[in-house]
Amino acid sequence: MGLFFSLRNSFDHGVHPRHHKEQTAELPIQRVPFVARYVMPLGQHIGAPAKPVVKVGERVQRGQLIAEAGAFVSTTLHSPVTGTVRDIGPHRYIDGNFRPAIEIEADPYATQQLPPRPAIDWQGLSIDEFIAQVQAAGIVGMGGAAFPSHVKYAIPEGQQIDDLLVNGAECEPYLTTDHRLMVERPEAVIRGTEIVRQKLGAKRATIGVEKNKPDAIALLKQHVGELPIEVLGLEVKYPQGAEKMLIKAAYNREVPAGALPRDIGVAVNNVGTVVAIADYFDTGMPLIERVVTVAGPGVAEPANLIVPLGTPIREVLRFCGGLKESTREVIMGGPMMGTPIADLDAPILKGSSGILAFTASETGRPQEYPCIRCGRCLEACPYFLNPSRLAKLGKARLFEQMRDDYHLMDCVECGACTFACPSGIPIVQHIRTAKDDLRQQKVRSEKQ
Amino acid sequence: MSKQDPKLLLQPAPLLRQGMTTPAAMRDVWLALLPATAAALWYFGLAALLVLVASIAGSVLTEWAFTPKERRAITLRDNSAALTGLLLGLTLPPALPLWMAFVGGAVAIGIGKLIWGGLGANIFNPALVGRAFLLATFPIAMTSWTVQQGPAEFFTVHASNLTAPFMQAPVMDTLSAATPLGQMKFEQSATPLWDLLIGNTAGSIGETSALLLLLGGIYLFLRRDLDWRIPVGIFASAALFSAILYGVDAERYPSALFTLLSGGMLLGALFMATDPVTSPVTPKGAWVFAIGVGFLVVLIRVFGGFPEGMMYAILLMNAATPLIDRWTQPRVFGRNKGGSA
Repeated sequence: MGLFFSLRNSFDHGVHPRHHKEQTAELPIQRVPFVARYVMPLGQHIGAPAKPVVKVGERVQRGQLIAEAGAFVSTTLHSPVTGTVRDIGPHRYIDGNFRPAIEIEADPYATQQLPPRPAIDWQGLSIDEFIAQVQAAGIVGMGGAAFPSHVKYAIPEGQQIDDLLVNGAECEPYLTTDHRLMVERPEAVIRGTEIVRQKLGAKRATIGVEKNKPDAIALLKQHVGELPIEVLGLEVKYPQGAEKMLIKAAYNREVPAGALPRDIGVAVNNVGTVVAIADYFDTGMPLIERVVTVAGPGVAEPANLIVPLGTPIREVLRFCGGLKESTREVIMGGPMMGTPIADLDAPILKGSSGILAFTASETGRPQEYPCIRCGRCLEACPYFLNPSRLAKLGKARLFEQMRDDYHLMDCVECGACTFACPSGIPIVQHIRTAKDDLRQQKVRSEKQ
Repeated sequence: MSKQDPKLLLQPAPLLRQGMTTPAAMRDVWLALLPATAAALWYFGLAALLVLVASIAGSVLTEWAFTPKERRAITLRDNSAALTGLLLGLTLPPALPLWMAFVGGAVAIGIGKLIWGGLGANIFNPALVGRAFLLATFPIAMTSWTVQQGPAEFFTVHASNLTAPFMQAPVMDTLSAATPLGQMKFEQSATPLWDLLIGNTAGSIGETSALLLLLGGIYLFLRRDLDWRIPVGIFASAALFSAILYGVDAERYPSALFTLLSGGMLLGALFMATDPVTSPVTPKGAWVFAIGVGFLVVLIRVFGGFPEGMMYAILLMNAATPLIDRWTQPRVFGRNKGGSA
C-alpha cells in the first residue's frame, strides 16, 4: 500500500470535473488600471473585523495602514491607492448586504507608486516578531478562505511543525491564478516557501501541484536549487487542494476530525500566500493587490489580472470586455465552492481568487429525481461520509441525527457529492442548511 | 454596462455537474437488456413479446394511475416503471396467460414500489415482488415451461397465453418442457454448458442466454451503472458453495459452472440484485449482500422445494439491506472505525 500510494499522490474518493483552464492558462498576468473608487470591507477575512485608524477626509498613501487588527484572529487593511478617505460606513458586500467598509477615492494625479521601503531582514526576526510582521502586512490565506496567515504560524507550546506544505493544487475548475504565479514568479514562490519554512523551523517543505500544470512543476523544480523543498506532482482530482486532502496526498497522513494540521506537525499555505510574504519582506508592500482569474463562458475576454483590493467587480469585468448577454450568474472563487455575487458594485477581496461568469447551461437547475441510492456520492466524498443519507435526513429536518450519527460537522462542503449526483439532488445545500440551523440553535441556547 | 446588468441568479455552488442522470441510468439498463430480450424473441417468438408487453403495460399503467397528476410527467419519464415491467416480464414463462403478466406488472409497481413511497423508497425489488406474487397465486402457470419453437414458428402463440382473466383455468401447453434446473433437481441430469451459454434451453423469457446477459452486465459496468461487487460477490459465493457440495457428491449436486450459468442466476445477479434502491449503498455492505445472495441461492436450489432460488435469495437479502447499510458505514476520514476522532 505504501509504495502504491506514493506513486499515486492523491487522497481517496473525489471527482473529476472538466477543468476548463484552457481559457486562461496561457494568458500572462496583466495589471488593471487604477479606477476612481475603492471599497475595503473591514470584515473580509475570517475572524474579528479590522478597526479603522483613518478618518473621513484624511489623505492616505498607497500601502498605508487604514485599519488595524481587531483581535489576534484578525488582520490589518492597507490602502490600495493614494487618495482620500471618502466614507467609513456600510457598503455593498458581494452577498448583497451592507457591511462596514472604508471607501477611498483615488487621487487621479498621484503616481500610485509605492513609497520605497527598505527590505525587511526576515532572517533576524524571532518567530513572534515574524508573526507580528505577517499580521502587520495584512496577509491572509489567498486560496479563497482568507484565514489570517499569522494565526497559522502561532504554534502552541509543545507542538512542532515538521512539514510546510505549499498548496499549488488549484483543483477548482477555471481558476489559473496560482498556476500563473508559479509559472511567472517561480523564484518568489520558492523564496516565500523558504522564508516560512525557516521561520517555522520545519525540516522540509513540499509544494504540491496538480499534474495538469507540468510547466509550473518544471519551473519550480529548476528554482529549488539546494533548498530542502520538494516539488510534488499530484493527481488531477477535485478537491485535491482541500487542506486535509492535500496533506493525505503529500504525506499519506490523516488529520484527525476536529483537529488542525499543526496537531500532526504540518502547516499548509497557499502559493499566493507565500508569494505575498516574499513580496512583503522584499519590498515592504503589504497585501494591497492580488491575482484574479476572470473567466467562464459569460466573460468576453478572459484574463489573469493583478487587481488592487477594493476595485469594484464591475470595473474588473469592464476591463475584460464586459459580460456577455448570455450571462446568468457571476461567482467569486471557483465553480465548485465559490460564492454567488449579488451586486457587481461589490469589491475584490483578499480572498477573491476568481471572478467567473456563467450562462444558462451551467446555472440551470437540474430536474430533481428521487435518490435511488446509487452510491455515487459516497464514492465522491473525500471524507467518506454518507451524503445520500445526510440529504435524506436533511430533507426531513433531522439535523441532530445528521450531526450525531452521520458526522455532519466533518463535511467541508466541497460539493463533490452534488456534482456526482445523477438525480440532481442539491445534497450540499441540505448540509449547509442543517449546519446553519444547528449553529443558530447553539447561539440561541447560549443566549438563554 | 451599469444600466444593462443581466439579472443575476444566486444559484449556490457547485455549478458544475457530471453528465449522468437517473433516467439515463435507467435507459442504460434497457439497452443492456436488449440483447437478451432479442434472443428471447428468437427462441420463444411472439408469445414472449406479448408477455413482456403485458407486464410492462401493467407496470406503467399502475404508475400512471396512482401518481398525482402533477408528478406524472416526472415519474413516468424517469423510465423506472417501464424497466420494472421489463425485468418482471423477463422472469416469466413464455406461455403465461397475458392477463397474469399484466397483474404481475401492476402488483410489482403497486405493492412493490408505490405503497412504500415511490422510486427510491421501496425495500424489496419491485419486479421480484411481482414475480413472488404470481408464483404464490398461480403456481401451475408460473412453473409450466415450453420448449423453444425457434424463429421458424415466430408467430405461434400458445393457447394458454390468451386465457381470459379468472374465467378458465389455463390449459397449459402440450409442448411442455423442463428447465435445466428442474432436470437437475428432479432427474440429476445436467444440461450441456454450451446450451446454457447461448440459451438453447427451456426457462423464463429472459434468463436463458448466459452470454448475452453477461454482455449487458459488462456494458452496465463500463457505464458505471452497476456496483461490480454485487455480481462478483454472488458468483464467487455461489460457485464456492456449490463447488464444495459438488466435491462431496458429484452425482447429486451440480457443478459450480452449472450453478452460475443456469436459471435466473445471471439475470438476477446482474440486473436485479444490483438494483441500487434495494441493495446496500456502502462498498463493504455490497459484499455482505452479494455473498448472502450467492449462499442462499444455492441453499434454496439444492435443499429447498423449488428448483430455482434466485428470487427468494434476493428478496431475503433486500430485507437485510437497511441493517447491512447501518453496520457497514465506511470509516470517516480522520476518525477511527468507531467514529471518534
